[in-house]
Amino acid sequence: MNNNQAWLLADKEINSRLLIGSALYPSPDIMRQAIQSSGSQVVTVSIRRQNPGDQSGQAFWHLIQSLGCHILPNTAGCRNAKEAITTAQMAREIFGTNWIKLEVIGDDYTLQPDPFDLVKAAQALIEEGFEVFPYASDDLVLCQKLVDVGCRIVMPWASPIGSGKGIMNPYNMELIRQRLPSTTLIVDAGIGKPSHAAQALEMGFDGVLLNSAVALADDPVKMAQAFKHAMNAGRCGYEAGVMPQREFASASTPTLGTPFWHQD
Amino acid sequence: MIVIINGEPRDTIANNLAGLVMELKIEGAFALALNENFVPKSQYANTTIQENDRIEIVAPMQGG
Repeated sequence: MNNNQAWLLADKEINSRLLIGSALYPSPDIMRQAIQSSGSQVVTVSIRRQNPGDQSGQAFWHLIQSLGCHILPNTAGCRNAKEAITTAQMAREIFGTNWIKLEVIGDDYTLQPDPFDLVKAAQALIEEGFEVFPYASDDLVLCQKLVDVGCRIVMPWASPIGSGKGIMNPYNMELIRQRLPSTTLIVDAGIGKPSHAAQALEMGFDGVLLNSAVALADDPVKMAQAFKHAMNAGRCGYEAGVMPQREFASASTPTLGTPFWHQD
Repeated sequence: MIVIINGEPRDTIANNLAGLVMELKIEGAFALALNENFVPKSQYANTTIQENDRIEIVAPMQGG
């Protein structure tokens, strides 16, 4: 059994639950191979200043287009709602999609989102017809406010971007999943290894978005395959229903007929 | 006149965004903001530029 059953992400039928970034790979060809090996059908991209005569962005864009994936542009580097809104508008025209991974950074050290401007920008962009994928912290009230302004998808972090620490606060994440049962929830940022992704899906999260964990691995292509398997394992585990935890041991081998058994 | 393109001052003879894009030979996938406001391509010819306007020109790049 695997989890390659189609699911709906913003009304698009998707087979993989992994969303993958396009940055930090050792080379464009390794990026291409890693994305293909991951099985992901959603790739995040960004925008930057283009100076006259610089065509590097165009070569990158042609490579991404050749992969045939859905494109999820981000607003990385934006520090307030105004910057994020303008960046989203420019990204929509460049990439021809109304999807936007909305990042509004509130703290440079942790890259923690600014919750106030995040909600403000999300609301404005939804009114302009964007499908907003907000990068949020693992704060239930923030996630709820994003849903209240119209986000169908919310992306709480596992831990700070690029930290690779995995899910720092499982209690918060479980709570967000339980309290927002009909929202598409994607764990974004902080995933470091395949078991982290499996854990997120076991909890019932709909997907995982990652970049550094694959791009910075010694062998990004192999790590992409590992994440593909982890996503399958986690989703199957969730669908199968995890057994309840117990405080004490409970023998799994039946005790009836145990050799040398005697009653004291 | 001098305008600020991607943070750098630059002399231009263009008087609207369409002329500026042509002068700079910007091609391919790109988008533009004038004084921090997005301007769609359909509006370039109608959007005049003035001394010290701040223009951001952006293109695709890798992202996470």
